[in-house]
Amino acid sequence: MSKVRVLVGTKKGAFILTSDGKREKWDVSGPHFAGWEIYHVKGSPADPKRLFASQTSGWFGQIIQRSDDGGKTWETPGGEVMPTPGSMPAGASNKFVYDTSAPTGKPLTTHQWYDGTQHAWEFKRVWHLEPSLTDSNTVYAGVEDAAIFRSTDGGKSWHELAGLRGHGTGPKWQPGAGGMCLHTILLDPKTPGRMYIAISAAGAFRTDDGGKTWKPINRGLKSQYIPDPNAEIGHCVHRIALHRSRPNVLFMQKHWDVMRSDDAGDTWHEVSGNLPTDFGFVIDVHAHEPETIYVVPIKSDGEHFPPDGKLRVYRSRKGGNEWEALTKGLPQKDCYVNVLRDAMAVDSLDKCGVYFGTTGGQVYASADAGDNWAPIVRDLPGVLSVEVQTLP
Amino acid sequence: MIRVVLPPHLRALAHVEGEVKVEIKGQATQRSVLDALEAGYPMLRGTIRDHVTQQRRPFLRFFACEEDLSHEPPDAPLPDAVASGAEPLFIIGAIAGG
Repeated sequence: MSKVRVLVGTKKGAFILTSDGKREKWDVSGPHFAGWEIYHVKGSPADPKRLFASQTSGWFGQIIQRSDDGGKTWETPGGEVMPTPGSMPAGASNKFVYDTSAPTGKPLTTHQWYDGTQHAWEFKRVWHLEPSLTDSNTVYAGVEDAAIFRSTDGGKSWHELAGLRGHGTGPKWQPGAGGMCLHTILLDPKTPGRMYIAISAAGAFRTDDGGKTWKPINRGLKSQYIPDPNAEIGHCVHRIALHRSRPNVLFMQKHWDVMRSDDAGDTWHEVSGNLPTDFGFVIDVHAHEPETIYVVPIKSDGEHFPPDGKLRVYRSRKGGNEWEALTKGLPQKDCYVNVLRDAMAVDSLDKCGVYFGTTGGQVYASADAGDNWAPIVRDLPGVLSVEVQTLP
Repeated sequence: MIRVVLPPHLRALAHVEGEVKVEIKGQATQRSVLDALEAGYPMLRGTIRDHVTQQRRPFLRFFACEEDLSHEPPDAPLPDAVASGAEPLFIIGAIAGG
């Protein structure tokens, strides 16, 4: 029988939740890296036993952890002592240095600060790790201040794909409330070299040549909180999702508005429809139904909790516009948690499982595509990210 | 032999318990101790001082013999008691946040 492994990053460590295909009884392991912020944990599609984790701290900086046994044991790639000192760049797994070299890099200019002045680019942490679909040694990292890095040696060393930061609009990028983070990386399974990324608050970008060159893909987005609501750059995109079967169709949860693109991001149109609020962070797509999408509406500005104290997932079976509230098993009064942008995922079992984590430390799961929900765990530290692996 | 006391999170990261002991060639300074520490525990690189600038991370402090050495030059000699191993060099995280 298939198994499911849920990878949870929290403000005080990582947790791994496992179940069989029924998804009724769960084992919880952790905390791994207790006391550290774990922004993201994700498994390699090419080798599901290989997991990457972003471990971070205001005191000690960024650490990359890797497991090759499904999370039982962990190592810092390249963290072992070399037999001959200096023989290779040991201890570089947490070295994220913007590329300013002449052959491949871009000058480290400035970006826009909260008050509109220009501010120097500074590396702070890795928000998101996206392993390659085909090579277990290749993994991408989305970082704050916004840039994308790639490792081709299993996380031992990292190199920036500087064409994104340096393509020209960088000085107009600005931090959202959580910092100027590159939080979404989507790898196109059908078009080699195509990737999508999203930055708060710059917008969405696409490369068609493996990350050498990038272009903004924000036409159709409207953001009333920036001087030009239709600007090419400056939109606070919270999350993008796609279905593997048709990766040119994208769904976006923006700071306000749920959006859809049918042309690989070249143009967007709003599909918020009858949502109680079109603010939120997460968005995801059903594993087997490309037109079935999920969001968790959140009240804003400022509040960032569910409307009316009711935690509701909304599902559209028509790719947006028409939404239904999913409430069975979710708290429908006095609930004031948030669901952060990387904290929803789906499994690929039949029926599709849907999972999300809250800032209150609950991880909820539905084994029937959202009709019924139950908490896997209730009292973890605040959840920063949720990923799911479906295992044979 | 230099004795170094790491903050708990870095002990966990380096898979050590208690004090760490490092051998120094030449004079014992902050730089030589950290060089030796990072050579023995490469996973600590970047966690105590910045990878590129080699500056002490802002939320960390260095203490020894009841003195704050955080703002001493990196090549200044450490106290004799640290160099002889009688006293440890403390690397301490600032008390801030939760």
